[in-house]
Amino acid sequence: METVIITMKNPPALYLEADNVSPDAFAGKTAAQIAELHVHEGNVTSTFGKYFDVSGHAGATAADTKIIVKGDVKKVKYLGFKMSAGELVVEGSTDQYAGAWMTGGKMLVKGNADAFAGTAMKGGELTIEGNAGNYLGAAYRGDWRGMSGGRILVKGNAGSDIGMYMLGGEMIINGNADVHVCTHAEGGKVIIKGNAKSKVGGQMVDGTIYVFGSIDTMMPGFKPAGEIELEVDGVKAKFAHYIGDMGERHKKKKGQIVYANLYKKI
Amino acid sequence: MSEYIIKNGHVFDPVQGIKGDKKDIAIKDGKIVDKVGSGAKVIDATGKTVMAGAVEIHAHIAGPKVNMGRIYRPEDKLFTCTPTKGMERMGGGNSIPTTFKTGYEYAKMGYTTAMEAAMPPLFSRHVHEEIRDTPIIDEGAFPVFGNNWFVMEYLKNKEIENTAAYIAWLIRVTKGYAVKVVNPGGTEAWAWGLNCLSVNDPVPYFDITPAEIITGLIEANEYLGLPHSLHIHPNNLGNPGCYETTLDTLKLAEGFKAKNKFGREQVMHLTHSQFHSYGGTNWGDFESKAKEVTDYVNSHKNITIDTGNVTLDETTTMTADGPFEHHLTGLNNLKWANIDVELETGSGVVPYIYSPNISVCAIQWAIGLEIPLMMKDPMRCYITTDHPNAGPFTRYPRVIKWLMSAKAREAQVNAFKHKDKVLSQTSIGSLDREISLYELAQMTRAGPAKSLGLASMCGGLKPGMDADVAVYNFNPDKPVANPDDIELAFSRCAHVFKSGVEVVTNGEIVSNGHKRTLWVNVKVKDNPQVMRDINEKFLKYYSMTQANYEALGHHFVPNPYTLEVDATQV
Repeated sequence: METVIITMKNPPALYLEADNVSPDAFAGKTAAQIAELHVHEGNVTSTFGKYFDVSGHAGATAADTKIIVKGDVKKVKYLGFKMSAGELVVEGSTDQYAGAWMTGGKMLVKGNADAFAGTAMKGGELTIEGNAGNYLGAAYRGDWRGMSGGRILVKGNAGSDIGMYMLGGEMIINGNADVHVCTHAEGGKVIIKGNAKSKVGGQMVDGTIYVFGSIDTMMPGFKPAGEIELEVDGVKAKFAHYIGDMGERHKKKKGQIVYANLYKKI
Repeated sequence: MSEYIIKNGHVFDPVQGIKGDKKDIAIKDGKIVDKVGSGAKVIDATGKTVMAGAVEIHAHIAGPKVNMGRIYRPEDKLFTCTPTKGMERMGGGNSIPTTFKTGYEYAKMGYTTAMEAAMPPLFSRHVHEEIRDTPIIDEGAFPVFGNNWFVMEYLKNKEIENTAAYIAWLIRVTKGYAVKVVNPGGTEAWAWGLNCLSVNDPVPYFDITPAEIITGLIEANEYLGLPHSLHIHPNNLGNPGCYETTLDTLKLAEGFKAKNKFGREQVMHLTHSQFHSYGGTNWGDFESKAKEVTDYVNSHKNITIDTGNVTLDETTTMTADGPFEHHLTGLNNLKWANIDVELETGSGVVPYIYSPNISVCAIQWAIGLEIPLMMKDPMRCYITTDHPNAGPFTRYPRVIKWLMSAKAREAQVNAFKHKDKVLSQTSIGSLDREISLYELAQMTRAGPAKSLGLASMCGGLKPGMDADVAVYNFNPDKPVANPDDIELAFSRCAHVFKSGVEVVTNGEIVSNGHKRTLWVNVKVKDNPQVMRDINEKFLKYYSMTQANYEALGHHFVPNPYTLEVDATQV
């Protein structure tokens, strides 16, 4: 695997839309060619090289390419946009849409990632060592197709509206989550190891949420369905089981109505 | 104005009966002429196809429901935006493009005239503002009448003259073009929690049937002698077995004859006939009834139709058929928007994905192609996608490919997940007809222009007509190596002229032209009763005053082209 190191040398005044920072876009290119790729600052399109130093060179394919992003990229959006393979490591914090629409490969953000990380993600692994913003693994604005595959791990806390319209895949939050979890979801699994606030599973059609800590306010649309011993992400414990959202439509499988499941650790 | 001569192209012009002969087309002062001076700019069309600018007879491209789609579907613009480039302003959207992108995309495909298929009269100002902001193409808009309180009240008492006077008033104040009917009575019935699924289901309160609304409006339309006929989206759209309602609707036109000075011969235009040609009793035994519908239309010369081809895309459905959209959101569980338009109409919007992996969608695709392939007279059957309902208009080149190449159809049938079901429920597999370029020119130019009453102005290349000309990179002398070449050629024109101005060169916009709004100014005898009724309804029911209703003047219709109709002597 070949490695490309990009280092922020000239931080943008406005937010920078860097939708070319992915193993797919870099594959087969030299440092000089990568520096020629486009970025947008506001409504001005310029080259990557204006903002970043590029060293090393990419592998022949995305799978053979690793990108390390150094320096202050707090105002850079779309890192890892649509990546399908390879690796991307962001050493600091980044702005919105990290790993959005990714379909494969591994992306690691060592700091925080702002809103819309993993938007409509289909595959691959996205790890955020700090905190994640709002709309993690959610659908794009207006869309009904959220995260459908792959895995997101957040070691810190997550913001609100995570897993909105989630269809599949797995999301683990080691810390706490803000309001609105898996709104409108039709599949997938979300594990919150810390506390959740409220509106957990609102209008949820299908899918599963596990909460290890507390839930401030339960949704009235979730109905108790007993207690159950489960092993979740390596932790064996007793959970209170709820099904819902009773106010939402549900599919039938073999004559049985399929509800979304909410498990809260006792 | 500049003079042009388009030399050596293979010309296809049904108006003059030219079937691919090499001819020069001369343009001067915005018109097609016999000859031009030696200083005329020469366009070399050797090895290319030359046709008149195409005419869109039915698309939803301007107005509140289109904009509702744009507003509530930001995801339609995702990854489809194009920045400012040369003459082009920024645009975006796939199934519901921005106004600018709408104009550019039509022009690049060789379209120079388009009709907005459903204008809610109350929001005509909004429609005209969007039309104004859609560059290049001439546009008109059809106000909807099928659920209008005035119309239902007058027709209940068989007052044709009053209906006609009301239509004349409404078309004049809304700067409309034709009489459109959508699910007659059904949208109003839905306000009462009901629908009209046959032509005999009475409308609650008004106690009138769709059949009475349809025949009354045909009579009023011919009384006035409007350029276009009644333009109808019948009851029971999109349901298995709906073809029977369609045939019942078509039969209502029997006995009526066109009466107008515009050369129009039909009294009814059945729109998006694909959606109205379904057999079966449910989605499991869903089947094509394209043969039954086209057999009827083939033998009745006072009817024209358009296709409404399903293009197998993700799109946005939108119609004044409010109850249908509510039904649709129940089927696909996607987001739904609904608009009520006071005394006049309503509408709904729901996104839809025509998936090639779903048998119903694949059968719909087949029906949309069966209809034009079964129609004997291409002058009476026009290609549409009922944009954006069955697919975006930007897919016309692909529809043309399917119509012109049996091989392309076969490849698509083989790609369907439920191929056997498509072949058993439709006859697409046994149709080997391939539409010729001449027939294509009939279906997309001369035919719709004649149906709209614009035959003397556009849709042909006869000297004296507007110089709307499209030159395609398609050599009719050469065999088509790959059907995709057809799609490519019809996607981007080599040259397009709109009223004598070159607007597209090598697929790029080079001028925004002189876009016009087409509308019909029909004069009728003074009718104090209708004027009093209008005044009363505004005072009693409308949320706005009459003074704020009219789409007038420079702001809303800055560059009008008015078709004058005098019905005072009837």
